[in-house]
Amino acid sequence: MRKMLAAAVSRVLSGVTQKPASRVLVASCNYSKVATFPIKKCDLYRLEEGPPVTTVLTREDGLKYYRMMQTVRRMELKADQLYKQKFIRGFCHLCDGQEACCVGLEAGINPTDHVITSYRAHGLCYTRGLSVRSILSELTGRRGGCAKGKGGSMHMYVKNFYGGNGIVGAQGPLGAGVALACKYKGNKEVCLTLYGDGAANQGQIAEAHNMAALWKLPCVFICENNLYGMGTSVERAAASTDYYKRGHFLPGLKVDGMDVLGVREATKFAADYCRSGKGPIVMELQTYRYHGHSMSDPGISYRSREEVQNVRRKSDPIMLLKDRMVNSKLATIEELKEIDVEVRKEIEDAAQFATTDTEPPLEELGHHIYCDTPPFEVRGANQWIKFKSLG
Amino acid sequence: QVTVREAINQGMDEELERDEKVFLLGEEVAQYDGAYKVSRGLWKKYGDKRIIDTPISEMGFAGIAVGAAMAGLRPICEFMTFNFSMQAIDQVINSAAKTYYMSGGLQSVPIVFRGPNGASAGVAAQHSQCFAAWYGHCPGLKVVSPWNSEDAKGLIKSAIRDNNPVVVLENELMYGVPFEFSSEAQSKDFLIPIGKAKIERQGTHITLVSHSRPVGHCLEAAMVLSKEGIECEVINMRTIRPMDIETIEASVMKTNHLITVEGGWPQFGVGAEICARIMEGPAFNFLDAPAVRVTGADVPMPYAKILEDNSVPQVKDIIFAIKKTLNI
Repeated sequence: MRKMLAAAVSRVLSGVTQKPASRVLVASCNYSKVATFPIKKCDLYRLEEGPPVTTVLTREDGLKYYRMMQTVRRMELKADQLYKQKFIRGFCHLCDGQEACCVGLEAGINPTDHVITSYRAHGLCYTRGLSVRSILSELTGRRGGCAKGKGGSMHMYVKNFYGGNGIVGAQGPLGAGVALACKYKGNKEVCLTLYGDGAANQGQIAEAHNMAALWKLPCVFICENNLYGMGTSVERAAASTDYYKRGHFLPGLKVDGMDVLGVREATKFAADYCRSGKGPIVMELQTYRYHGHSMSDPGISYRSREEVQNVRRKSDPIMLLKDRMVNSKLATIEELKEIDVEVRKEIEDAAQFATTDTEPPLEELGHHIYCDTPPFEVRGANQWIKFKSLG
Repeated sequence: QVTVREAINQGMDEELERDEKVFLLGEEVAQYDGAYKVSRGLWKKYGDKRIIDTPISEMGFAGIAVGAAMAGLRPICEFMTFNFSMQAIDQVINSAAKTYYMSGGLQSVPIVFRGPNGASAGVAAQHSQCFAAWYGHCPGLKVVSPWNSEDAKGLIKSAIRDNNPVVVLENELMYGVPFEFSSEAQSKDFLIPIGKAKIERQGTHITLVSHSRPVGHCLEAAMVLSKEGIECEVINMRTIRPMDIETIEASVMKTNHLITVEGGWPQFGVGAEICARIMEGPAFNFLDAPAVRVTGADVPMPYAKILEDNSVPQVKDIIFAIKKTLNI
């Protein structure tokens, strides 16, 4: 009897279980509730101290981050598929590979804080609160889309998230403006203003840095450096690729953007810095995108397949978190696989909706030109075609 | 008697007082009292938080203003002249004008962009462009163009209270011109509705449609011709977009003749749009002669006085066009 029990326990402890995947209810004494992890030390610029080099991860948070990153990953891959099937048209910029950035950022701020980013926005749309279903339906241009099909990939909004911006760098000053509103209202909220390594060379980013510094706006400027602005590598675009130093008179830190915990701690640090009234700060997230610039870019004419595969193998953010959690017994492989299955189902359901929901009604083509204005008529392709416009 | 400058100042002052979320930013608006003194006294009264001097960074500060509007404030963004707005035009059009539509009605942008527009005196080509047609082209924007002091006060107040991006095209040469203020206009709640034109002078023989400073020229031309027995109806558009074509149509259906007068260039201008719409509507059948446009000359603004004078519509040019149209 004892021998059988010992064998059963050892079987479970080695991770091999005969039970079906949905019933991993083995004694919870096999899980840790928390674990401590080291974080790569950040390079600092004009800062005496940086974020902590260790962090505590609870099982609950770990599972949450895992689920969120996996959801973003699967959602982006589904978008890839839908684009190739021509359900999604026009521009589609995917962020698979960069999941630790959007999930880590969200983990480092409050829901009442603000975020604005570029056109590579789907991940942040999700972490800021839009459902996968509303994102995919917006991509497929249906009435169930978060912008009612009027915006598409680059123009999705939700409370405290200001898109999704199609013009490279325009979100820099916009984010500084949101931060100005936070300071004006005195609500101790901050604005995370994201831009890419390509956008970092836009003059308006320097203008935003300058005014944010002058007026001590609570703006965290975040350069998401995925090493390529479209097909131009950072060395070919920037005389200085130290993006965390490009705020010149602004303090900065360089963060491993593939480590969700590192991003979380750095974001907390940066947000606290701003909240304390010290003014803006620059954070560079070193990350990588697996897809090309957009769906029309295979992504291998300006970088090698080996480079992409290398990153996948060594630095995949989801893999990194999974290994950490399993090795420290915060979770088992089986339960993470269970999460994978649930995420897959959620994405499938959302895609099903996104490909079958109706397109926005033609009668609404003229809606939402003006806010709070009495209804009027909008001209169509000729003078006899008129659309009613309601705000 | 109140000058246009004082009227705009009053309008902004009243709205700053009424709503804490309203603030003004731009170059020299605070400690300099405004490059053209339009914001005189406001910084002294409201301080650094509400009246903000910016560096010379149009694209940056226009974007900051739009972001602040998205986050719930009500900024007035001044361009020292609208020529400089070209540096920032992406923020005005792509970040402000289009956002309510692109977001399916989720994100509004209650912002005012204001400043002097069009020709001044001797400031040459890069400082004299009229932007009425360019901004008037874009759905999502409202564009107003005040002529006199009442226009200026009523329209700036309506613009500030409007929850949409509004471009207010002022005129530097009008800033110092005084006008009578009705008792209505003296009220703190005096508003002029955006999208409605005003008939400044009733007439029967011909309709003159104009916006901004040229409205005054039209009234002068009307006065001269009245002595010859020709009665001109003068319409002050007040709003470029959404255009009040109905008032123009009703007038043309009465007078059977139409002249548009503007300071901007002729091609693709405000007058061109009016003519196109008249052709498409009921007034076309009432025209006894083709509609005629009086505009700025089709050149970058020259500097020498004789050249500049002949590059903007003068009263004599309007009178000539009227007589040609009426076959006199």
